[in-house]
Order: sequence, then C-alpha cells, then structure tokens
Amino acid sequence: MATPAAPAGGARSGAGPEWGGFEENIQGGGSAVIDMENMDDTSGSSFEDMGELHQRLREEEVDAEAAVAEEEDGEFLGMKGFKGQLSRQVADQMWQAGKRQASRAFSLYANIDILRPYFDVEPAQVRSRLLESMIPIKMVNFPQKIAGELYGPLMLVFTLVAILLHGMKTSDTIIREGTLMGTAIGTCFGYWLGVSSFIYFLAYLCNAQITMLQMLALLGYGLFGHCIVLFITYNIHLHALFFLFWLLVGGLSTLRMVAVLVSRTVGPTQRLLLCGTLAALHMVFLLYLHFAYHKVVEGILDTLEGPNIPPMQRVPRDIPAVLPAARLSATVLNATAKAVAVTLQSH
Amino acid sequence: MAKAAESSGDPGTTSPRPLFAGLSDISISQDIPVEGEITIPMRSHIREFDSSTLNESVQNTIMRDLKAVGKKFMHVLYPRKSNTLLRDWDLWGPLILCVTLALMLQRSSVDSEKDGGPQFAEVFVIVWFGAVTITLNSKLLGGNISFFQSLCVLGYCILPLTVAMLVCRLVLLAEPGPINFMVRLFVVIVMFAWSIVASTAFLADSQPPNRKALAIYPVFLFYFVISWMILTFTPQ
Repeated sequence: MATPAAPAGGARSGAGPEWGGFEENIQGGGSAVIDMENMDDTSGSSFEDMGELHQRLREEEVDAEAAVAEEEDGEFLGMKGFKGQLSRQVADQMWQAGKRQASRAFSLYANIDILRPYFDVEPAQVRSRLLESMIPIKMVNFPQKIAGELYGPLMLVFTLVAILLHGMKTSDTIIREGTLMGTAIGTCFGYWLGVSSFIYFLAYLCNAQITMLQMLALLGYGLFGHCIVLFITYNIHLHALFFLFWLLVGGLSTLRMVAVLVSRTVGPTQRLLLCGTLAALHMVFLLYLHFAYHKVVEGILDTLEGPNIPPMQRVPRDIPAVLPAARLSATVLNATAKAVAVTLQSH
Repeated sequence: MAKAAESSGDPGTTSPRPLFAGLSDISISQDIPVEGEITIPMRSHIREFDSSTLNESVQNTIMRDLKAVGKKFMHVLYPRKSNTLLRDWDLWGPLILCVTLALMLQRSSVDSEKDGGPQFAEVFVIVWFGAVTITLNSKLLGGNISFFQSLCVLGYCILPLTVAMLVCRLVLLAEPGPINFMVRLFVVIVMFAWSIVASTAFLADSQPPNRKALAIYPVFLFYFVISWMILTFTPQ
C-alpha cells in the first residue's frame, strides 16, 4: 500500500502556500511549548478524506446500480468521517484560539519578565555593593551612581525578617491575635516599601534626581547596617553595646544614603528636609527594632477584641547578658517545670 | 468496485502536476477497509492510558501515587544529582510534609495568653509562599526550571526537617536540661544542612553557573526560618 502513501506525502509537501497558514494554526505559533497533542496530522488526513470523498462521488457516477445500496453506506460513512474530522478541526482551532487569548492576557498581566532586568547581578557585584553601603562618599557636586537592582535589597529585607524572628523568639515576644511571622514580614516590608515611597514623594517635592527604583535599592542596601547591628545585639544584650553599634554602624549607613541624596539635590533647604527625614526615620527604625521586640508586647490588635479583654500590659523583662544557649535552656526548664506542675496539679 | 478513473495528465510529462492528480492513481480494492477513525497512534495510546487510570480501583491509584512519593523521599534522603524529582514532579509529597509539620508545630490554643507559637495556617503560609518566592527569584535570576518543578523540589527537601521535628518531639518527652537542648540543636543543625545539600543537588544545575550562590541563599534563609521554628518549639 505504498501507492496511497506516496501521493499523500507528495500532496502534503506540495501543499505549501494554500495550507501553510492552516498548518501554522494547528501547531500553535505563539506558544513556547510544543504540545504533542496538538501536532495533529489532520491536515493531511482531511486531505485524504477529501480525496476519498471525491473518489467516492466519482465512483457513484460510474456504477449507478450497485452504487445505490453502497452509495448510501459509503456516503454515510464518508460524510460521517468527513464531518467528524471537520468538527474535530474546528474544535481544535477554537481551543488554540482560546488558549492563545488566555496566554496573551496572562503574559500581559502576570509577566515576571518585567522584573528580570533588575535581577541581573553577579555575586561579586552584590558583595561589593553590600560593602559600599557602609562607606559614605563625600562627593556632593556630582550625582553619585546608584545601582538599580532589586535582588540585594529583597534578600536583605528577608534576612532582616529572619533576624527579627530570631530576636522575637529569644526574647519571648508574645503577640496576641497576630503572628510573629506576620509581624516580622509586615514590619520589614512595610518599612522598605513605605519609607521608600515617602522619601520618593519628598524627593519629588524637593526636586531631587532619583527614581523610585533607585530609592528602593538605596534604602534596601541601607538595611544591611540594621541587619548587622540586630544580629549582634539580639544575641549579646548589653544596652551600651547596642547604643555604640547604633551610632557607629547605623550612622555609617545613614551617612552613605544621605550623601547620595545630597549629591542629587539642589538647594540647602531641600537637602535638609530630604536628608533629615531619611536620617531620622532610618535611625529611629533601628531603635524601634531593638527595643520593641525585647519586651512583651501585647499588640494594639488587643483593642479590637472588645471591652472584656484587659488593656495593654507591658511587662518589661530584664534580660541578663548571658549566652543564648543557657537562656533557651532556662526557658525550656521553666516551661517544662510549669508543664509538670500543671500535670501534677490536675492529677 | 472501487476502480479509479484514469488520470487526465500524462504520467510521463515533466510539467507540474495538478494538486489532486496523484490521488487518481490509488486503486482501493474491496477487502481493505477504508472507513474508521484516523488517529495518531500516540494520541490513541494516551487516550487508552487515561481511560485505564480512570477505570482502575481507588486502591491502585493511591498505591501508585504513594509509591511515587516514597521513591522521591528516598531520593531526598540520599541526594545524588538526578533528574527524578524534576522530571515527574508532583505536589503530594510537599503537601503531606507541610501538613505534618504544621500539625506538629501547632501549639494547643487552650492557653491563649501564651499564644505566640506558630499556628497551622502560619506554617502553611510560610512554607508555600516561601517556596513561591524562591522559585520566582530563581526564575528571575535566569534559571531554566519550571515553577512547579521548583516547588516540588523545595517541598520534598523539607523531609529532613520534618524528621528533625519528630526527633525533637521525642527528645522533649525526656528529662529537660542543657543536654536536651544541645541534642535538639545538633539534630536540627544536621537536618538543616541535609535539606540544603539535597535542594542544592537538585536545583543547582538549573541555574547559570556563576549565579548559583545567589539562587541558593534564599533557600538557606527559608530552611533557616523553618529550622528556627522547629528548634524553639516547646509544647506547653
């Protein structure tokens, strides 16, 4: 049966311009994934079908008598085969069109490729930018360069979240009607996005030359100092040490951000307003992070409960300057002793 | 009876033949059936496969899925560079692990004053949104791994930490003390390292070679947060 195969093949290959668009439709021109299910051979098959139909109609004319009985059968089967094939193709085309529209809408709104250029960094670049964020540069007559990337800032915010969690756990922070994780994420991301937007707005008022992306990157890298300070002082709880680090490390990273902004702003009042606001917010945030999560904080969400809940109770805890291992074991001891006592009481 | 008419064109000419000319050379004899469905063999194979999994018993389906999940657990426990987790990814394993971990980490909410521990929903959200974030990050850095493959790998690599949680709970039943804490710390650290090694073995190949560290760091943070939740868990 090589004969039908050869002309069919020839017909398929000779089908170029007329059927070319059809084949392209079938194979889904827009998508990057070639779905084997949709690579239908129906173009060739419908061809064969049509050829078959033509042939059958020709045979009917030749053999009228025997073809009457068989014509009905043949036509029935041929028509059914042809219609089935056609309907399948139509359904296939509709599916392709629907899929194309859906993927276009999806790629328009959920395109992460918009963010791709901001993540185009090398590890060496990230390292050098982290170190540079602690070194203020005193060039104020020419706008200083800010790297517009989002990987470093995003990772620093997540690191700050992790450090905050660690700090909240070791100091037994208790948050009612909220969660530790939610608070940590909300605080860090809220600071990064909120203060960036606010300073960007102020920069717009003060006619400073900085874009939103640059502001996000600048403030994000400024959190590196915060991460270092909190990481050290959540483990070594000496207040004097904390204040020293606050001034030194916090001050350095703030100075760096201030220098960059000053180099991009014209006019003494504007410079003062912008840089003063940023410096105040940045330093106060570090203070807040250290002190708020070292005490028991019954959150403001308490007041949403109603009048039958007792008002906010602040129980300051004196945390001795000991190593965290012993501290945690003391907690465990206390907790277990309490549990044992409760069990003994209930029996 | 299916005799073909003669072709109008001369077979020997070199002029371009009309489109349907070749079809007239077909002679279809009677006893060869020309009706029936024209299907591609692969497609019919797929259809057959689908209907066969629909018709099989529930026990068969569940056992098949459990075996697949178990096989992947073995791959996580003995991480080699292999493609199994990536090739046939599934999210059953991560779901089982996440639910187990969340259930074990849940504090009893009877004593609501000390309610500071992670609740079920918190652990669930952390695991899944953490995995989504890491996947987005690795895709943005230029990795060529699909979304669900990455979720699958990250979810399966929580297995060592779930084992650590079980061990910690057992250890907490024993007498307390600094030894107790040291044992738990050691177990959690070992399992944390194991998780990172396992996920690196699977994920590292999909990243551009010079940016592996950038893609692995968020994985490190993710498992660090989970390890910290496990380590500081104290049943009240």
